[in-house]
Amino acid sequence: MLRVCLRGVKATAQKSSGRIRLTNVQQCREYTTGESSSASRVVAAGLLTVTGGIGGTIIYAKWDHKFRAAVEKNVPYSEWLLGLALGPVSQDSGLPIRKPMESIQPPSMLEKQMRTSKAKSEKKLKETTEHGAQDSGPASPQPAQNIQAEASAEATQIISAISEVQSIPAPCDTEPTAAAATVFQDTKSAGTAEPLRERSAEEVAARLAQQNQDEKDIITSLSAQLDDSLASSAKATLQAIGAQEAALQAITQHTHKLKEAMEAEGPSEEKSTQWKDLEAALADRTTSVNDAKTALVKANEALDSLKSVIDKSKGLKITAARPLILAAEENLHKMVVDLDKVVSKVQSAESEAKIVAQYTELVHEAKQQFQREVSSLTPEIQANWKGLTGKLSTDDLNALIAHAHRRIDQLNRELAEQRVQEQIHMEAALEQQRAEDQRALDKAVGTAKQHVKEEARLEQERKLAELREVIEAEMRTQLRRQAAAHTDHVRDVLKVQEQELRAEAEQELSSKLLAQETRYRQLTQEQLDDFTLDMNAAYARLKGVEEAIDSHVEAEEEARKAHRLWLSVEALTYTLKTASTESPSMPLEDAAEAVRASCVENDFALALASALPEESLKRGVYSEASLRARFNSLRSLARRVALIDESHNTLYQYFLSYVQAALLFEKQQEVPPTQLRSEDLDPFKLLSYASYCLEHGDLELAAKLVNQLRGEARRVVEDWLIEARLTLETRQVISLLSAYANAVGLGTTQAP
Amino acid sequence: MADELGRKWDRCLADTALKTVTGVGIGIVFSVLFFKRRTWPVSFGSGLGLGMGYSNCQHDFRSPYLIHGRVVKEQS
Repeated sequence: MLRVCLRGVKATAQKSSGRIRLTNVQQCREYTTGESSSASRVVAAGLLTVTGGIGGTIIYAKWDHKFRAAVEKNVPYSEWLLGLALGPVSQDSGLPIRKPMESIQPPSMLEKQMRTSKAKSEKKLKETTEHGAQDSGPASPQPAQNIQAEASAEATQIISAISEVQSIPAPCDTEPTAAAATVFQDTKSAGTAEPLRERSAEEVAARLAQQNQDEKDIITSLSAQLDDSLASSAKATLQAIGAQEAALQAITQHTHKLKEAMEAEGPSEEKSTQWKDLEAALADRTTSVNDAKTALVKANEALDSLKSVIDKSKGLKITAARPLILAAEENLHKMVVDLDKVVSKVQSAESEAKIVAQYTELVHEAKQQFQREVSSLTPEIQANWKGLTGKLSTDDLNALIAHAHRRIDQLNRELAEQRVQEQIHMEAALEQQRAEDQRALDKAVGTAKQHVKEEARLEQERKLAELREVIEAEMRTQLRRQAAAHTDHVRDVLKVQEQELRAEAEQELSSKLLAQETRYRQLTQEQLDDFTLDMNAAYARLKGVEEAIDSHVEAEEEARKAHRLWLSVEALTYTLKTASTESPSMPLEDAAEAVRASCVENDFALALASALPEESLKRGVYSEASLRARFNSLRSLARRVALIDESHNTLYQYFLSYVQAALLFEKQQEVPPTQLRSEDLDPFKLLSYASYCLEHGDLELAAKLVNQLRGEARRVVEDWLIEARLTLETRQVISLLSAYANAVGLGTTQAP
Repeated sequence: MADELGRKWDRCLADTALKTVTGVGIGIVFSVLFFKRRTWPVSFGSGLGLGMGYSNCQHDFRSPYLIHGRVVKEQS
């Protein structure tokens, strides 16, 4: 659009320049031919520069807004043109201010969110502790335990959240934990639906104390129980162990005796004593084994009861009882281990004894067999064949030898068989042994595994207990810290409150005091004022009386002075009358002097007296009549030079003016209007007005009207005007003086 | 002040008359001496005289209204 405009302007410029050129050419054809092109060229160049200037201004205004504003301010119609070319001034400085405000909002909103979530979690915590306090009774320690544990968990969560809020608000960190806490609390508090009620501190403390007491009772009872069961189980276990050891002893004794009996080949009395001992030992062994068994059973029972007690106490889940439980468990484990060890020892001894017993049985059986054989061969011979060497016959001997040989053969055969079957027997025995070993191994491994498991578990429990203690201590310190912070804060708040209240009280006091004081002052002031008023009134009256008397004297004095003044003013007025028709009056010097003398202390009269113009004092003033006469002669002159003024003052104008004066006729005297209009300012009219005024004695108005003359006419009547002014001035002063004197005289005269 | 106009007129007329006559005279002289008794120097002279007189008269009447200015150098 700008280009279109420019093009249009250029086109019109070209056209106009073309036209001008044409006319120029035409003109030039008439006159000369050399100057046409230069003129047109000049015009074209001028137009080009103008358009270029305007275009440049528009482009620069588009680029620089300040320049545009300056141009619009200074050049009248530029804003219209610039608006047409570029469009209205754009407004793009308002938006960036809004953005920082928006960015400030999110952190504050997040902070608010965190604060609300924190408050919510705190409220929930209070609720849960209330619930815990409510439910804590000796009847159900379990929920209290639950709630306490969970409360402790929440407390740790909340403390972590609070610590995070105090440092740097990190919304992504606190939000999930707060949300998790709220979710957790929601799921928990859904189970206990109760209205929120604020409990007093004493109630809460009482309930907490009761809770503690209950816990302590439980712990004491538990510990008593544990101790009892531990003691009983320990006793039983010791007994069992003792019994087992006794059994073991008996078994080994018996086995040893048996071995001895088997191997020994002593005389029969010894043998019988041996066998008797053996029997006694066997009886001993059986009894001791039985005792051991019963003791073991008892010990197991006791251990089981201890285990049940431990389990029960574990079920109670009181934290303080844990170490006791742990100790009891350890003891139990130790006892079990010892018992198992002893039992295994006893079992091994028993197995050994079994082997020995088997051996003895075999031997015994062989002996029995041999006896039987011998007896079957020689029925008459008794068992005790050693003492029968002399009684035996040769047949018997031969039979015996043959039997013996046969027996030997048989035995050899058996031996060979045995040797053949040795391997198989060995393998079978090995298998048996392996199986037994395996069994024993399994059992041992099983027991060992159990023991190890138990030990590991105990270790874990111990470690857990330690850790719990540590955490408990830490939480206690944190809570203590929180409590300390709370007390500090409360202290500060109290201090501030105290200060505020004190300030308020002081302010109240001071305001009340001020009010009292002002009232007192007011009262005293009123009293003073009343007294002063009375005094003033009395004084004023006294003064009035005095003044009245003085003023009397003064008044008389004044009257005299006024009289004198009046006389002198009268004299002055009379001097005015001495003016004749042609000559001025007498100089007013003497009369003025007289007036001044008579009003020495009267500033007003003095001022007036000195206001008389110099000329009048020295030379005197003309009378009105003379002025009137003069005016008439002046009038014709003024008429004659009516057209002459600063710009029209050639002789030709003079001639015209004379002709006008000769030909123009106006009224001799005309009533002047109250308001002069512009057509009244014509010199002829003015002169007739002035003439009228003079005829009717109004010199002042005449002078005013004459003052309206301009030009040469004015110059002609200047003298007259000055004289008239002088006369008027003098007359004014004198009239003022006389009026003043009259007034003073009237004032001082007292009516009879 | 009222008489001044009359005085001016007197001066004016006297002056004009004098100048015209003087002009005529000088014209006659010139005409006789230099211009071969033509009439034009006489009319020229009389015109000259009248003109001078007229100009003087006008100047006299204008004199109260004439403003005499001076170039005052700025003292910086």
